[in-house]
Formats: sequence, C-alpha cells, structure tokens
Amino acid sequence: MSNIGADEGFPRVPESEPHRGEIDQPTGTATTGHEWDGIKELNTPMPRWWLWVFYATHVWALVYIVLFPAIPLLKDSTTGLLGWHSRSEVAEEIDTAAVARADQFERIRNLPIEQVADDETLRNLAVRGGESAFKVNCVQCHGADAAGGIGFANLNDDDWIWGGSLEAIEQTIAHGVRHAGDDETRLSEMPAFGRDGMLDREQIAAVTRHVLSLSGAGPADPAGATVFADNCAACHGASGEGNRDVGAPRLSDAVWLYSSDPAAIRAQIHNPKHGAMPSWSQRLDPATVKQLAIYVHSLGGGEEEGSREASAGAID
Amino acid sequence: MELVNPFVLLPIAAAAFFAAGYAHDAQFAAHMGLISLLALGLSVWRVATMDPARPVPALAASPAQTRPGMPYYMDGPIRYGTVATVFWGIVGFLVGVLIAAQLAWPDLNLEPYLNFSRLRPLHTSGVIFAFGGNALIATSFYIVQRTTAARLFGGNLAWFVFWGYQLFIVLAATGYLMGVTQSKEYAEPEWYIDIWLTIVWVAYLVVFLGTLVRRKEPHIYVANWFFLAFIVTIALLHVVNNLAVPVSFLGSKSYPAFSGVQDALVQWWYGHNAVGFFLTAGFLGMMYYFIPKQVNRPVYSYRLSIVHFWSLIFMYIWAGPHHLHYTALPDWAQTLGMVFSVMLWMPSWGGMINGLMTLSGAWDKLRTDPVLRMLVIAVAFYGMATFEGPMMSIKAVNSLSHYTDWTIGHVHSGALGWNGMITFGAIYYLVPRLWNTNGLYSLRLVNWHFWLATIGIVLYAASMWVAGITQGLMWREYDAEGYLVWSFAETVAAMNPFYVIRMLGGLLYLVGGLLMAFNVWRTIRSAAPAAHPVGVVQPAE
Repeated sequence: MSNIGADEGFPRVPESEPHRGEIDQPTGTATTGHEWDGIKELNTPMPRWWLWVFYATHVWALVYIVLFPAIPLLKDSTTGLLGWHSRSEVAEEIDTAAVARADQFERIRNLPIEQVADDETLRNLAVRGGESAFKVNCVQCHGADAAGGIGFANLNDDDWIWGGSLEAIEQTIAHGVRHAGDDETRLSEMPAFGRDGMLDREQIAAVTRHVLSLSGAGPADPAGATVFADNCAACHGASGEGNRDVGAPRLSDAVWLYSSDPAAIRAQIHNPKHGAMPSWSQRLDPATVKQLAIYVHSLGGGEEEGSREASAGAID
Repeated sequence: MELVNPFVLLPIAAAAFFAAGYAHDAQFAAHMGLISLLALGLSVWRVATMDPARPVPALAASPAQTRPGMPYYMDGPIRYGTVATVFWGIVGFLVGVLIAAQLAWPDLNLEPYLNFSRLRPLHTSGVIFAFGGNALIATSFYIVQRTTAARLFGGNLAWFVFWGYQLFIVLAATGYLMGVTQSKEYAEPEWYIDIWLTIVWVAYLVVFLGTLVRRKEPHIYVANWFFLAFIVTIALLHVVNNLAVPVSFLGSKSYPAFSGVQDALVQWWYGHNAVGFFLTAGFLGMMYYFIPKQVNRPVYSYRLSIVHFWSLIFMYIWAGPHHLHYTALPDWAQTLGMVFSVMLWMPSWGGMINGLMTLSGAWDKLRTDPVLRMLVIAVAFYGMATFEGPMMSIKAVNSLSHYTDWTIGHVHSGALGWNGMITFGAIYYLVPRLWNTNGLYSLRLVNWHFWLATIGIVLYAASMWVAGITQGLMWREYDAEGYLVWSFAETVAAMNPFYVIRMLGGLLYLVGGLLMAFNVWRTIRSAAPAAHPVGVVQPAE
C-alpha cells in the first residue's frame, strides 16, 4: 500500500513520448510526456492526505455496512449487527412519549371538561397540548393566530355562533358543523331568500341596510326593518342578537363571518354560503378534543357555563 | 444526407399538422402545430436560398476538411452554442429571480401560466439543460476538436445536435407553461419530448465519439473522458427514468413504467446522477481544459486525474438513495446511498485539487486575470459543495436538512458557484477565440461580473443555510410534554426575510449575467465584419 503514489511503473508512459520526464521548472516535477493543444500533465503523486482520507471513508463505509442493514438478499436484507430499523425507532420514540404522558392523558379523557379546566396541572397541559393540536389540525382554516378569515370564525373574540362555554366548544369540535355522517353535528341552514324567490331585490337591499344599522354601521331603514321582522327575527332575534340554539349569528355587533361589505351581506341573504367543519371526534382522541376546547376557550372569549343569557342580552 | 430538405421536412410538416388536428389535448395540438410551422418554414427557407449550382455536401470528409497538415475545426455550432448559452442563462436566471420573488411575495403568482409550480421547472430546466446543456455541448465540441486535432465527425450532424437541442428546450419550456409535465423532478417533459431528446442525444454521442475515434493524438485527454462519461450516462439515465406508456400517441399524457417506491428510486437514481454526470462530470471536462489553458500551466497530477475519474464515475451512480432517507425506501438501500455518498467525497475533491494545484507556479495570475479568477472560484465552490453534499447525505444530518431550504442553498452553491462560474470563465475564454477578436471588450466588466456573482452567491447560500436550519429546527421542536411547538404555517412565515435576501442574491447574479451578455455582444461586434461568417468552416488558430 505504501507504494501507491510512488513513481515506479505508474503511469506507464512509453519511453518514446516526446515530453517524457521533462522537468517543469516552477514545480521541479516531471511531466508524463502527453501533450494536447499545448496542455501537458505533471507526474505528481497523489497527495497523501487525499489518499488516506479516501481510504478512511472506505473503512468507515465497511464498518457501517456491517452494523446497519445494507446488503439486499433474496427476500429481505442483512439486518446489521446493531439490529437497527428506522420504523421501529420511530415507533419506540412515539411509544416512549405516549407512556410518559399516559397518566395525565387518561385523567383528561375520563374527567368532565369543567373539572379538567379546574385542575391547574391538567389545565396547563391541556392548553399546551391543545395549542399543538390546533397548529396541526385547525390553522388551515382558522389561521395560525386563530383569527379566522372570511367564512372561517375568529376564535379570539367573544362572539360565538354555537356557544362559548367549555362544553359548547367541546361539542362543536367533537361533532363539527354541518358534517354529514355525524348525527350530533351542529346543523343550521338559512334559507336562500333571493334564489328561492322569498324576497325580491328591493327587499334584500332594504334588509341589508337594516342589518347594517343593527350594529350602527348605517342609517335605519324602516322598510328593511319590516322585512327583517317578518323573515329574519325568528332566528336572529328581534334586535339581531342571534340565537345559539339554532346557530344564528348575532347581527348587532361588528363581528362578521362573511364580511361587513353590503354586497357580501346581500349575497348571503340571496343564496347563503354554509360553512362546514369536520367532526373531529372521528379523527382525534377524546382527550385531544378536550385539550383543543380548553385551548380555544383560553384564547380570550371563553364564557362561564350559565353566563349565556347575560352575555346574549348585553348590547355591544 | 441533408436533413434540411423539403423532401424530409414537408412530410414532417404534414404529419405534425394532422397530429395537431386530431390531438386529444390543446397542449399537444399546440406543440404539433409549432413543429408543423417550423418544418414548413424551414422548407420554404431552404427552397428560397437554394443554389442549384452547388453540389450536395457529403456527410463526412469533404475535401476541404482533410487538406494535408491543416486540421480544420468546425466552430459554427460552437459559436451558436456560446450565444445560446448566454441567452438561456439570462432567461434561466431571470425566471429564478421571479420565482424567488414569488416565494417572498406570493401575490406575484399569476394564474395559470406564470404561477410558481409552472415557472419552477422552467427555471430548473432553463439553467440546467438550456444554459448548462448548451455550455456543455459547445465546450465539448470545442475541446474535443482541439485535444484530438480532428474535425467534428459527421458533418452537419453537429448542427442537427445544436438545433435539435434548441427545439427540445423550446418544447419543454412551452410545455411547462401550458401545464405539460410528468411530475418527475428535472425530467418533467412528456414522452414525445423525451423521444426527441433521445434522438438528439444519440446524434451528440455519434459526433463526439466519432471525433474521438478520428483523433490524431495518441492519447485521449482527461477532459474527453469526463465528457464521454457525461454523454453516455445521461443517455442511460434519460431513457430508463422516462420509460412510460403514452395514453395516446395523439396526446401529451403518459404514465411511467414504474410505480411507488420503485419509481421514486429510479427518479432519484436519475436525479442524483443528473447532478453527478451532467453538472459534475461534464463541467469537470470544461475545467480540465480551460484552467490549464487560461493559466498556461500543466495539469497538476495525471495519476490523480485517473484515480478520481474512475472512482467518481463508479461511486456517483450508487448515491441516489440519499434523496430518499427516512421514506418508504428500504433501510438497506438508504444505507448504501449514504455510504457511497461519503466515499464520493475524495473522488470529488480530486478534481478540485487538480484544478487548484494546476495554478502551482502561477498563483500571481489570480491578481491580474479576472477570467482565471472566475474559473478558480468555480473550483472553490465545487470543493465546498462536494464536501457539503456527502455531509448532508449522512442520515443524522439529513434528518435535519431534508425538505428544508438548506438543500436549495446546497444546490445553488454548486449551481451558481461551480457550474455558473466555470461556464462564465469558459465563455470569456471562448468568445475572443471563436470570433477572432483582439481580446474581450472589457476586462473591467468581467471583474464586475465576478464580484456581483460572488456576492450574490454568498447572499444566496448564507440565507438558505440560516433558513434551512431554522426551518428544520422548528419542524422538529417539541416542548416538555412532547407536543409540537410550531405549526407549518408559522415555519413558512419565519422564512420570509431569508426569501427576500435570497431574491436579492439572485438579482445580483442576474445583473452579473447581463453584464456578461453586454460584454460578449460588444466583443462579437468588434470582430472584423465578414471575416468569419457563422457556420462556415474555419481554420484553427
């Protein structure tokens, strides 16, 4: 091995080559004798450090191949002396994490959500776990800051379509909104007043002005008020305070699901969009659903159980 | 055999016309219509410019080429190729800057033709295959003639290679914009474009190999070993990775022959060796000619070139699975991909040592020669990227770097630093010689180009290192209870400042490219008029 890189016998350039052994002045090294378009080659030995690192990577590769799965066989492959396997490694890591928090997860799963929230340790765990689950499952619609967007509810405020208590939020998350395939899903359907001919264009324009006036965003419109009382008040309430039992949003505040633009309001009355949310109990562990509910409740607008009447009656 | 001939072209025009008429999709119809128009236009041009008195040129040795003692080199396709390299380079850099801006400001996505997903393959194919490919074809034709002292084999076949390759580029690029893709990275063109490239590539191999066979030197120069390895391996990779069944011969859609993890493995066997043989072996061929010529010194070590050539081409072909770490690919294949990548470190560095050490005894020229400086910094970036690559192939490192912008940074320190800079140096070397001018129009502009490009690369690579490592750490960050800390959207938002810096780096690189285009244009314009009409056989210098 020590001979590699020495000059004898390598490369085998015939003695007849015109530049064989010609000494290059600046380096003092002989050339090989080849020449192409004026380019010659020095007969410099390979750098020792280069050669030894080259060998070292091969030695390392051989050791690695012995220790880890490497050689394909007819049905499987060599398993390696360490018995390492990428899938089982991941599975073990996940199991370890699951075992570490199994006790507290068990308690969250079995206790009613009010009691989970009352226990400080469990509550902290639930808020962190809920935040993590929120970032994986909910941000796509509700946004990384839970501020929602057009058609997707803002979860930071105290304006709730289906209720803001821990139990109400848990119910909404667990069964979703308008989720076909879950009998307990939140279900409401505003009629398409324009498309189905219940109101004409004039009436829709008038009631739009009235809806805007409910939150002080426009002047009162007596004609619109009449249309509202006849068609809308049954669900949205006489003064537009909303009704969480039927999922009718409050109209008397400045929070809008489909924007406060008059055109958007008219479109919603003419032929309403009906947003949907998955039934998360079909995908997530009940403990995770509870954690999500506690996290969303903690964002700022969470309500105490039983405070609903008070807040619903308040005027913004 | 003259291909530009109405008897060949008119049947092609007619066939393409009917294919366009009966096409199953608008994209295929557009491409066939384009081919029909091109064939028709060429026929008209041929008839209009035909000189009935001129005899039909023979395929090979015409008397003018074999005048005793006077080798005549065929430089027409090389001149065209040099200009095409500059042109496609500017296009590719421009699209790169645009998509970098789209990542920083998503509103710049213009649906449907100019959105990121269609422009991204336009950028990658534009810089790799259009810019890099034209550079490789032009320089390999130049170098193989000079180092074998033989004229290009096959007569006008070299012109067919040049124009056929441009047609491939145009079909691929317009296809991307229209949404024609088989969704294989760096192999996006559909079946009919792949078949056309195969024909062109075989012609390229014939020209190159034929020239080597006709060589008048006893030995084959190392640059030609690398070029030949590049041409042969790319042919193999291209054919195997693009095996597919067209849904119809009158439609653009096809389905690949492989599926699932086999398809992924074949794709990355292709993808990694496109890097290894297109962007490494081919460009090492350029390096082995232009550095010794520009510095006027012998190559540092013949035996190093032998050992690193054979070890490089043997090891590279195995390294593809490192693109599929921690996927459905079996563990054994991942292991082999990783260990071969690590063993590839020294074979890659052999080229860097031979390039840099060729300057032994002439290091002072770096102070005065900006073209040499460009060639040398290319080799330095090559060395950096070929250390980073094996490191990133180690599974522990890869678990952090994979899918992050670190990979993008790694690719660009190789692509902008190595492939781009060596090509710029080669262009600055070639243009005065091909057009027989008294040097370049401006060496000061070369110096500006050098610094703009270098600073651009530093901004690009540094921002992507920070972005990639940040991204990788955010993705894997767990809190004490084992919960993920960041949402994916938050990790995307954290990338924004780095995307802006990257775009600025790319912009500097593009400005450098524009300076080069100006410099090349002024140099060519300064050539004595009509002294060297393009496309006519020229004597060697």
